[in-house]
Amino acid sequence: MTISFLLLAAITIIGTAAAMSLKNLVHCVLALSLGLVGLAALYMQLGAQFVGFTQILVYVGAVAILAAFAIMMTRSASPALSNTASSFRASGALIAVLVFAVLAWATLSGTPAQPILTTAPESSVGQVGSALMHRFVLPLEVIGLLLTGALIGAGILAMDEHRGNQPRGER
Amino acid sequence: MNPLSGCLLLSAFLFAIGLAGALTRRNAILVLIGIELMLNAANLNFIAFWRYGPHPEALTGVMFAIFSISVAAAEAAVGLSIILAVYRHSRTTDLDKLNSMKG
Amino acid sequence: MNWIVRNLWLIPALPLFAAGISALAKQKNRALAAGLAIGSMGISFLLALCAFAHVLVLRSSGQATQQFFNFPWFQFGNDWLSLGWVLNPLTAVMLVMVTFVGLLIFIFSIGYMEHDENFTRFFCFLALFASAMLGVIISNSLLLLFMCWEIVGLTSYLLIGFWYFKPSAAAAAKKAFITTRIGDLPFFLGIVWLYSQTGTLLFYNNGAGCLEPTAITHLLSQTTAIGFCVATGIALLIFCGAIGKSGQFPLHVWLPDAMEGPTPVSALIHAATMVAAGVFLVARVYPLMSAHNGIAGVLTTSTALQAVTWIGAITALFGSLVAVAQFDIKRILAYSTVSQLGYMMMGLGVGGVAVGMFHLITHAFFKALLFLGAGSIIHGCSGEQDIRKMGGIRKLMPITFATYAIAMLALCGFPFFSGFWSKDEILHAAHHWNISQLPYYMGAFAALLTAFYMTRQVFYVFAGASRLTEESTDASHADPHANTADHHQGPGTIHESPAVMTVPLVLLSVFALLLGFFGTPAWPWFQAFLDDSPLAVNFGAFFEGGILPVMLISSLIVFLGLGLGWYFYGRKPIVSAEAPDAVGRLSPPIFTVLGHAFYFDALYGATFIRLNTLLSRISDWLDRWVWNGAVKTITSLVFGFAHLDNFLDTHVVNSGFDEGCESVSLSGRILSRLQAGRVQGYLKIVACALIVFTILLLWKARV
Repeated sequence: MTISFLLLAAITIIGTAAAMSLKNLVHCVLALSLGLVGLAALYMQLGAQFVGFTQILVYVGAVAILAAFAIMMTRSASPALSNTASSFRASGALIAVLVFAVLAWATLSGTPAQPILTTAPESSVGQVGSALMHRFVLPLEVIGLLLTGALIGAGILAMDEHRGNQPRGER
Repeated sequence: MNPLSGCLLLSAFLFAIGLAGALTRRNAILVLIGIELMLNAANLNFIAFWRYGPHPEALTGVMFAIFSISVAAAEAAVGLSIILAVYRHSRTTDLDKLNSMKG
Repeated sequence: MNWIVRNLWLIPALPLFAAGISALAKQKNRALAAGLAIGSMGISFLLALCAFAHVLVLRSSGQATQQFFNFPWFQFGNDWLSLGWVLNPLTAVMLVMVTFVGLLIFIFSIGYMEHDENFTRFFCFLALFASAMLGVIISNSLLLLFMCWEIVGLTSYLLIGFWYFKPSAAAAAKKAFITTRIGDLPFFLGIVWLYSQTGTLLFYNNGAGCLEPTAITHLLSQTTAIGFCVATGIALLIFCGAIGKSGQFPLHVWLPDAMEGPTPVSALIHAATMVAAGVFLVARVYPLMSAHNGIAGVLTTSTALQAVTWIGAITALFGSLVAVAQFDIKRILAYSTVSQLGYMMMGLGVGGVAVGMFHLITHAFFKALLFLGAGSIIHGCSGEQDIRKMGGIRKLMPITFATYAIAMLALCGFPFFSGFWSKDEILHAAHHWNISQLPYYMGAFAALLTAFYMTRQVFYVFAGASRLTEESTDASHADPHANTADHHQGPGTIHESPAVMTVPLVLLSVFALLLGFFGTPAWPWFQAFLDDSPLAVNFGAFFEGGILPVMLISSLIVFLGLGLGWYFYGRKPIVSAEAPDAVGRLSPPIFTVLGHAFYFDALYGATFIRLNTLLSRISDWLDRWVWNGAVKTITSLVFGFAHLDNFLDTHVVNSGFDEGCESVSLSGRILSRLQAGRVQGYLKIVACALIVFTILLLWKARV
């Protein structure tokens, strides 16, 4: 439990907690970005540099931005109604607390079956690349297909239905 | 309290936060963000176990995390386009109002 | 077989047919009802004459005069019940008498009932009665006889209670029916016993009938527990029916009250025919009645015939005693009928069928004549029936007076009138009865009284000046015996009845005069006809067998009676209606007792009627509380079950189903809350599942 770990953990926690509880949606996205950066730093601290950079590239650079775009595009004229906790919300929070309690209990009550590795393992990009090409080539191709499908699907889903009427002027 | 447990606790915490957000926020996009957070927590779990578990040279955890990130990205894209489509249809992203599947 | 014997059934069937059609006719179809009744009776009369002629032909050619026709009626098991009719001299004589007298009375009724609004009903019932009576006469089966006997009783009830709105008439009808019923029960028992002993109820059936020698010997050979033989027992039981129907001593009480009916009814039913049915019954079953186990050749009277004689004698004396003290014109004649029926029974007992039947035939004519005359008088006096309030009718209604006088002399037995010959036969036979002379003395005394009371009646009604006043011609509320057929205004309007009423009177009087000559000892045609014995004109018969002394004595008795009557009632004319009776002045207590008919009605009322009322009250109580209660209990049980059923049906079955459906839809509603359409709700459930499974797994892992 080094200082760096604790610091990075704190940043992540603050970011994600803020993302989930702020009223202004754009602030939420920005806080989310902070949290995700914190996570990426954690990955790097743990030795998975490639994953960390991938995290920044994809999550912060694409997913968060996408979320921001979506928020901008779905902004309604009336201001967001208050997010006051009703029983529905309270039960949700409670369930989340319970989940954390269970998981924490699971974590803390057990002893690891295998001994803890103390030395940092090697994970260079070359190794990741060769693993991708050799051992994990099938999941790689499947991921490619998946992404292609997602791309096309997202495009169709988000397509404007009234496209044909656009030259007429009114949308 | 070994480092692994610390990472696991953190990941559990992140998971709980994400779940709390997904369960309590009214805006659909924020629910999606909560789900992303949950996925991230799982990723952290994988990386932690890769780092502190046996045979880290197999790079299993890393691979898993990479694929998870890809899938999450694809899913975020599709999910957000669905929300856009829904928004176009019913002019709202409020989940409380989107209950026509009721009954 | 001759067509008349085969078709003898037409004689009762035609009036029955007439009655049936009249029953359906409307009240105003008077001509139809009367025409049907008289027409059918006329045709029956012609057929009866044919039957009579047939028997005469058979007799003159020396063949057996008895022919019958039987047919099976219904079968039970291996036995058949048969019915049939028989044509023998007895049947022929009765048929002619009943149809002829009935026809004359029907014609008389047209005039008498003219002003009554129930004219059609009257003729319907009359026709029905005639049919039933003729059925009794021709019947060859005791069963058929009994059935017609009951119908005769029914029509008597209907006709006595013809004016049913009068309580006294309704009560009299009930009394008549019940009293004759009391006699009919032993009669029926006798029939059943006879059937069980002989296996047949047919009288004549080629040797197999119950009156034929085989059956009679069989009956004589059996003895009952009491001591006398079965034949006597059955004969006595059958005689009980005759006691009821003919108004003999203990069951006589209905006959005087039966005068509540219209006078033609009294004439036809209660003088000439129905009451004679009892006598006819005894004559019909005479072989059974006279069967005895005595030594052949020695003249013995069977126990049954002895009983018949004694009861007849007592009745004869009783009736004549009571008639002396009556004031209602019809009641005097009613008690006279009772007395004469007693004579007939006595005659059957001491002298045989011919003696009794001869008096029956002559009595029918002069008694019918007397009743019709009384009816004519009542009609003329606008409904008055009390003889104290009448008087001087002789000059006002001469034809009625003449015919009435002829009938009265015939009844008294005045020499050379028909009654003289027939009554004398009876007294002669009684005098030579070897068991006792007491019936003879009783009969002689009754003859004296008969002459006396008839003279009394004639002087009251016909002699002197009219005592009829304005009040007595109103609808006589004071007099309970007045009938409702009043329409005239006062004493000045007493007049002779119309021809439709007087012509039958004249016809009957001819017979009352001449019929006796068919049965004189010099030429006993009637007796020979009935007994099927040879006939010869023999004036010397008067001097044989002690006939002449008896004739002289009975003539003296008649003259004595007439003289006494004149002495008390004819010497000084009766001036006022309130004056006490001449004989009554002599001994008021005896007169009162006689006037109330020895208080027999009161006696019966105090004993049997009281018992009957008590029993009927008990029955009513039982019916109301026990049987009704049982029925009500069952009803309420059933209702209870019905209510329970209803309750179960509504609340258990119905609502069970409803509740079931309700709970299904309720559970559906509850379950559908799971699908609220809110995504976060679903997510929460998933999270809960996650928690649960995790705990489970960890728990397992720990253990």
